[in-house]
Amino acid sequence: MAVDSIRRGAEPLIRARGISRRWGLCAGVFLAGSLLVGFGVGPVGIGAQGIVESALSHVPYLHVTSPLTAVQESILWQLRAPRVVLAGIVGGMLALSGSAYQGVFRNPLADPYLLGVAAGAGLGATLAIAYGHVHGSGQLVPIAAFVGGSIAVACAFALGRSVGTARAAGALVLAGVTVAAFMTALQTFVQQQRTDTLREVYSWLLGGFSTAGWSQVVLVLPYVLLSSIVIVLHRRVLDVLSLGDEEATSLGVDVARTRLLLVIAATAGTAAAVSVSGLIGFVGIIVPHTIRLLVSTSYRAVVPLSLVVGAGFLVLTDVLARTILSPAELPIGVVTAFFGAPFFALVLRSSKTSQ
Amino acid sequence: MLRRTLIGAAALAAAVTLAHSAGARPVADGAGARQAADSYPVTIHAANGDIVIKARPTRVVSLSPSSTEDIFAVGAGKQVVAVDDQSDYPKSAPLTKLSGYTPNAEAIASYNPDLVVVSNDGGIVAQLEKLGITVLFEPAPDNVAGAYDEIRQLGRATGHTEQATTVVRSMQKQLTALIRSVPKASRHLKIYHELDPTYYSATSSTFIGRIYKLFGFRDIADAADTTHSGYPQLSAEYIVSTNPDVIVLADSICCGQNAATVAARPGWGGLSAVQHHRVIAIDDSVASRWGPRIVNFARAVAGAARKK
Repeated sequence: MAVDSIRRGAEPLIRARGISRRWGLCAGVFLAGSLLVGFGVGPVGIGAQGIVESALSHVPYLHVTSPLTAVQESILWQLRAPRVVLAGIVGGMLALSGSAYQGVFRNPLADPYLLGVAAGAGLGATLAIAYGHVHGSGQLVPIAAFVGGSIAVACAFALGRSVGTARAAGALVLAGVTVAAFMTALQTFVQQQRTDTLREVYSWLLGGFSTAGWSQVVLVLPYVLLSSIVIVLHRRVLDVLSLGDEEATSLGVDVARTRLLLVIAATAGTAAAVSVSGLIGFVGIIVPHTIRLLVSTSYRAVVPLSLVVGAGFLVLTDVLARTILSPAELPIGVVTAFFGAPFFALVLRSSKTSQ
Repeated sequence: MLRRTLIGAAALAAAVTLAHSAGARPVADGAGARQAADSYPVTIHAANGDIVIKARPTRVVSLSPSSTEDIFAVGAGKQVVAVDDQSDYPKSAPLTKLSGYTPNAEAIASYNPDLVVVSNDGGIVAQLEKLGITVLFEPAPDNVAGAYDEIRQLGRATGHTEQATTVVRSMQKQLTALIRSVPKASRHLKIYHELDPTYYSATSSTFIGRIYKLFGFRDIADAADTTHSGYPQLSAEYIVSTNPDVIVLADSICCGQNAATVAARPGWGGLSAVQHHRVIAIDDSVASRWGPRIVNFARAVAGAARKK
């Protein structure tokens, strides 16, 4: 109740609008279209009709027979489908975390890797790859990456706190940069010690979904769901936070606690996403900003739309990653930046001229 | 920060790729080198030019695992004082912390070597030559003939010309026998060579691919090498749809892959290679070096291809 009154009190202060029905629909259509393309396109051509009938054949009581061969079936459902779904989950999570970080730190350049998640996860994954491969320990890398990422952010938080609460947000960012630099140094050191595992470390760092499977989807889904719910429920509070710590406090928000909660949620989600996809940059910055420029600067719009558009964006980028050089793969990081940067430049320009 | 990590990773990857594909091809030492057996001075036509070796080297440093294997195979092991941290074969090689990827001239010079053998040159050759140390640059060869040349060169340089010739002849003989051991009907099998669990592979234009070519196998990576790197990353969909008959895992040590892990991959269980038990795990280093153990590699591949 108290929180509700705060929100209502803050509402007039925040002029920016939430999501209009039109933009909500646009985002939904974008995601649906991306998913369709994701399922339909690949090195192995499977017609749209075949995909639909094959999907229906898996629904009980419909008695539709799949027209696909056994190989096509397994390509579609064991290789392509989990890849599309995983790209969607990771893209949505990274964009959502990015928007949360930007709100919490009131810093437009904040991305999900701000507090050292990427460096920590990189160190964890490198350690697992370099020293952990005893026998078929494929599951060890994501777990090590998750633990590493979480430890890095915990360190950053502890360090940032020790500075004092007065400049909390700024101190925390600096602490994140410090921890990230330290972890990256360790990671590079370990990597140099074990040059035989260089290739594997390198392809993990570049990120991608070339080996995506349902097991990875199951692995990350709980974390991503939980942190998405927390962040989406706090979209109004993020608007209040954007007024400044003092304003927010005067409106009854426990700034330190909210910040901690949101950072934990965004970190857990990011660490989970990174653990299965490797380091995919750019999504966490570009997607929220595109929404800010096109739709609204209010977090009531930015947060939910980031989730939806981020998912669609990464699904589409992954389609490009696996088709441009088909049947070879292209690292997805190359695609996100190569196509994302010019697109964002375009959005920036057009928004400037329209103002 | 992330960008810096990526650039660093890309630079390292480039170094790895270079190590695999460095262009210069060593030239065979002519008959002239053989007549006066192991007299000095001798001129070796290495990738870094015509190198004159004044006397029989007794303090050799090898920064290349393949060269280490060559040097020990020709019987010059006793002349070696240090090998790099990756030279884990043979076990009697004096393993040190010297690095062949990020070599340090001072550390190498501290062994007071009279001959240094390298297979990567990021400037180390010039640095060592400045210190007056004789260096042989023996990069990754393009084909088996190139590998034989390097064995002969290292044999001649260390004063073991006779043994080097014997080693090469024995390798040639064994390879021919292994190729013949595969029935004609199995000469056109589709092969997938796996470098890591993200499906990086090697085409028939690479050293390893040319060994497959000797058997007559069709390399599924060829169609995917749109950038002509020789080492494309294949997509899982493509591998499953081409249905390879033989799968060679060169990521068994680094990444714990084996026939069971391949069979357990989603969608892979029905592949011809899995069904016919033609998935072989090969020691990563055997599959990535060009020393005498390429015979062991070929033997494992031939064994898989003979399976019905």
